[in-house]
Amino acid sequence: MAGLTRRDTLLSGATALIGAATIPLIGARAADLDVPTKDVKPPSFKIESGATIRVLRPAKFVDPDEVLFRENTKKFTEQTGIPVRVDFVSWEDMLPQTAVTANTGAGPDIIVGFGSAPQIYADKLIPMNDLADYLAAKYGGWHELALIYSRRWGSKEWLAIPMGGSGAASVYRVSWLKEAGYDRIPDDHAGFLAMAEKLNKIGHPIGFALGHAVGDGNGFANWLLWSHGASLTDAAGKVSLDSKETIAALKYAKELYPHMISGTLSWGDPSNNKAFASGDISLTFNGVSIYYVAKNSTDPKLQAIAADTNHQSPPLGLAKKSPQSSLVVNAMAFRHTKYPNACKEYLRFMMEVPQYAPWLAGCLGYWSNSLKAYGQMAFWDADPKLKPYIDSMDTPYYDSYRGPISAASSAVAANYTLVDMFASVATGNATPEAAVKQAARQAARYLKG
Amino acid sequence: MDATTAETSLQWVPRRQHSWLGRLFDSKPFLVTLCMLPTAGLLLIFLTYPLGLGLWLSLTDTTIGQPGVYIGLENFESLFDDPVFWNAVWYTVFYTAIATAGKFLLGLWLALLLNHHLPFKAFIRAIVLLPWIVPTVLSSIAWWWIYDPQFSIISYVVVNVLHLRDHYFDFLGSPWPARWSLIVANIWRGIPFVAITLLAGLQTISPSLYEAALLDGATGWQKFRRITVPLLMPILSVALTLSVLFTFSDFQLVYAITRGGPFNSTHLMATLAFQRAIPGSQLGEGAAIAVSMIPFLLVATLVCFFGVGRRKWQQGSDND
Repeated sequence: MAGLTRRDTLLSGATALIGAATIPLIGARAADLDVPTKDVKPPSFKIESGATIRVLRPAKFVDPDEVLFRENTKKFTEQTGIPVRVDFVSWEDMLPQTAVTANTGAGPDIIVGFGSAPQIYADKLIPMNDLADYLAAKYGGWHELALIYSRRWGSKEWLAIPMGGSGAASVYRVSWLKEAGYDRIPDDHAGFLAMAEKLNKIGHPIGFALGHAVGDGNGFANWLLWSHGASLTDAAGKVSLDSKETIAALKYAKELYPHMISGTLSWGDPSNNKAFASGDISLTFNGVSIYYVAKNSTDPKLQAIAADTNHQSPPLGLAKKSPQSSLVVNAMAFRHTKYPNACKEYLRFMMEVPQYAPWLAGCLGYWSNSLKAYGQMAFWDADPKLKPYIDSMDTPYYDSYRGPISAASSAVAANYTLVDMFASVATGNATPEAAVKQAARQAARYLKG
Repeated sequence: MDATTAETSLQWVPRRQHSWLGRLFDSKPFLVTLCMLPTAGLLLIFLTYPLGLGLWLSLTDTTIGQPGVYIGLENFESLFDDPVFWNAVWYTVFYTAIATAGKFLLGLWLALLLNHHLPFKAFIRAIVLLPWIVPTVLSSIAWWWIYDPQFSIISYVVVNVLHLRDHYFDFLGSPWPARWSLIVANIWRGIPFVAITLLAGLQTISPSLYEAALLDGATGWQKFRRITVPLLMPILSVALTLSVLFTFSDFQLVYAITRGGPFNSTHLMATLAFQRAIPGSQLGEGAAIAVSMIPFLLVATLVCFFGVGRRKWQQGSDND
């Protein structure tokens, strides 16, 4: 630390303190003003004496995610005297750590886990009905995706408290769409195709991952399927891929592919972000990250791109609501905890306005609200470009859409079965009929055939 | 104490009464067992246990999250009907064969060049080792950028600098180019190992043999064919065995560059095993794929050892 005086150090420390203190303040003020709540009496959870809580959650998306989560937790400890330890682990480690915790009955009391975890470990979790019903009554109800992911399949039993979801929307360059003659992205397939063709003609093609990209590749494949009314399984969980809707989706992919930038077959998860940031593509599906990174960059070139970027909910096609799912995070309290009431009280505290509102606002659209009332916060208006992400969890589409949520459907996604089906047809390496048969066979290795 | 006792005490009395511990340590079988115990323990814990666990998992339907039950050979039966698995088997064999051949041809050539007297010999030899020294994950990421459809340096040079093409190469976008691209990256990484090993072998060959051949009027090819190759054989077969093993079980290059895409055309058995077991949570099935590699590795090792190096030097005696 040579060359840095004591005063400098003190100053930077003070700035950091002010910075940390101001973030929640902004959110808190906004929160008081604009979250419409109903006057509902909170359930009284009788906190066990000597309670302590350990929480495990996925690593932060953006810095405020972790800062504010810790801040809120600290506030809880100050108000209740219950010590809470929060561990942030990398995304890849969430799956095995959740599995070990559930199977050994030891470790964290609460895990904020991904998507299918509550269904897989349903019998190891404390029912959350009282808390979920209270929150729903106070905050205008849960979004559809929360109801799907967090209640035991086919019943009204709450297994977890959905804290939020990370959704995808169309990210596009305003000026290039205008150049092609569009003010907004058409919501029908034919219109979308025509727009892709025009964009390609003026040298600004669209681009979607067709390679082995876990998030983006599967997201695009699911959009193709769902916007055509097709699905991987039927309501009973039996593979229903081999349908005329899937064939239509495959034919559409084949028509769309020539108007996409070349090389999408080898795209991984970061590829569309890179291509958009370098100005190679005019449109893709993504979370808020492309925009967020460009907007907060010091590079004037990226800032210009951010100014020219906008978002829109993914084209509907034949679907009634956004045919894109979200990555939902669910807070689960395990039966092995000695302090179930303390756990519930902690989760209630975290979901209430003074805590949840600043956290959601601080994450700037990376996480979308699971409770409807939080969609009316003013911060969503502060940057209208974030608006399409408000409704990320307002969709009936989830990862194993129409069938029960299970580990098997995650296996299908992890093996890129749908992505490869679309990729092989789009490039002319297989006929739609042959590709759908092969994909159905692959999916049936894990799901019911 | 009287005189008689003092007298007898001077007589030599063989000490027959060993303690049981002493007798135990005198026994050779016991001593041998005892000395081998630490090694055996290490092997058991770090080699046999993981291998045994892998074998056991392959016979169960364990997933991440659910302890499985014994299902016999069901995993293998279902893999038998899986075209993705057979494609991975085929590409693993192809990848190993072509990449190993490439590494040895280029590696031998490089070794022969380095064997000459060059200025800055030590420095050049050190540089040659670089691809081998750099952690594979790093070099994999470098290759991933080199093959990127939008940001490839090769495409940039050819299209934007030399103007030889009007659009970028799509290295990884279709099966065959992707397969060859991965093989090239693997050869690049493997050459130093082969070159340096063979260089060590070349330097053990006595120059007097070449001088004698020169006096007899042998051509360069004859010298290579009759002196270099036979004397290089021992080290060649060891290097070949190791290289085949490394290549066959390669994971990082493929996983970092293509993840097995496009449409599973570049999956190796190792990457497929990982994909099915960890992201796909099907631990049993992944283990079955990994176990399926063992027979191939055994055959490859045996072929290398007995096929290439079928000479008596392996038993420690002279050739003739």
